[in-house]
Amino acid sequence: MTELVKRNHWVIRLTHWVNVVAIVIMAGSGMRIFNAHPAFARPGESFSLNPWEGHAIPAWLTFGGWLGGARHWHFAAMWLLVANGFVYLAFLFLHGEWRDVVPRTGDARDAIEMIKFYLFVRKNHPVGGKHNALQKMAYFAMPLLGIVIVLSGLAIWKPITFGFMTAMFVNYKWARFVHFAGMVLLLALALVHVFMVFAVDPYSLRSIVTGWYNRERSPEARNARPFYHLLGPSVPAAPDTEGPPS
Amino acid sequence: MSIDRRRFLSVSAASISGALLTACNANPERAAKLLDLVERKNEGLERGLFRHASMDDVPGSARVAGTDFPKYFISDAVPVWDASARGVWRLEVSGAVRTPLSLTLNDLVRLPRITQKVDHFCVEGWNARAEWSGVRVSDLARLAGATSDAQYVDFAGFDKDYHESWDMASAMHAQTLVAYGMDGRLLTPGHGAPARVHSPVKLGYKNTKYLTRIVFMPQRNGGYWSDLGYEWFGGT
Repeated sequence: MTELVKRNHWVIRLTHWVNVVAIVIMAGSGMRIFNAHPAFARPGESFSLNPWEGHAIPAWLTFGGWLGGARHWHFAAMWLLVANGFVYLAFLFLHGEWRDVVPRTGDARDAIEMIKFYLFVRKNHPVGGKHNALQKMAYFAMPLLGIVIVLSGLAIWKPITFGFMTAMFVNYKWARFVHFAGMVLLLALALVHVFMVFAVDPYSLRSIVTGWYNRERSPEARNARPFYHLLGPSVPAAPDTEGPPS
Repeated sequence: MSIDRRRFLSVSAASISGALLTACNANPERAAKLLDLVERKNEGLERGLFRHASMDDVPGSARVAGTDFPKYFISDAVPVWDASARGVWRLEVSGAVRTPLSLTLNDLVRLPRITQKVDHFCVEGWNARAEWSGVRVSDLARLAGATSDAQYVDFAGFDKDYHESWDMASAMHAQTLVAYGMDGRLLTPGHGAPARVHSPVKLGYKNTKYLTRIVFMPQRNGGYWSDLGYEWFGGT
């Protein structure tokens, strides 16, 4: 059965994929820049928050080839990232779709229900809106992290011109650490996101390309956990017991 | 603008997939042109954002790197000025000036001295503090009578053919020094003795060590690392 709905506006789809390109270039070139001095401590000092101080990131994860090249990519793609992020956020705001991602009262409880469901403590997929509560939190955190990354990036790009911004992150060394840690967190969220797409809702791939989504194949309709009911026919939902099975 | 962005997108996407497919990191030729264009646009923006009032404000209590301050030069060995072969070291100030100067270290030391604890921002990502003593480049420009033709400044040294040219505004910043002292002592050969450029407003590679010539110019003339592909502006 198919119940096709238009799920993602073209602005959302375009900015999503431009964001993929921008983040791959920014993270790859950023890691290449980092590898020129893969540590946060100033010369002669130590830095205890990074257990891998002095260890470079594997070259195959990096982009740009050499320090100067990676810097050129980084300082070019940053405009793509920022312009695209601005279009996305402006669209969410103007189109009212921020409601799909901004957490509200009750989302914490719903997130716990989602976790219970994924851990087989709860039988049925909680009923939600466009995104479940866990997704909402992830999709809300990502632009926030993006903003922190952009601000800390400005702080280390122009530590004198934007000295007030560098001071906002204490100093250059800490701004550089925040910039890096923000990137790691953002990539971690993106990896979980990609994993969940393939493990729980591969049908959403269609909706982020063409916009169309088959509601009959939604995780709720399939009662899908990671790798559960992935391809199988939709399972009629059992009566909701609203709690752990006895 | 939108055409640029679209072109940028397609070029980026093509080069990204190219890099991923071949697992190699060489910048595709088509991307190089676009990256050059963005670098020029960025430079315009950076020069527009530059403020003489933006100063590096290192707390007086901040620790200096001292002996941990990295040393670097492009010669095979530490460049040392050989007075017996080359005569007394002098700093020549010339180009678009009314009165070219030729200053010995003693002359420099007698000029108004600035001592400042500031950051050194290396392009590699580290920063290190030191207390530098020297003469403001702006004071030397005034002394030599730089003319309105002086739009750029080249700082050249005796570490092979090392040099880097700067925009006039950055060179005239109050924290841009011809430094002859570091942490209360005369510069050592490892740090660019007898004198070097030091400023927190430019990345380390723009701060020519082993300085011998300051040339005011109507045009820029690149630089050692700039010619090797690093940004010419290199501002902080």
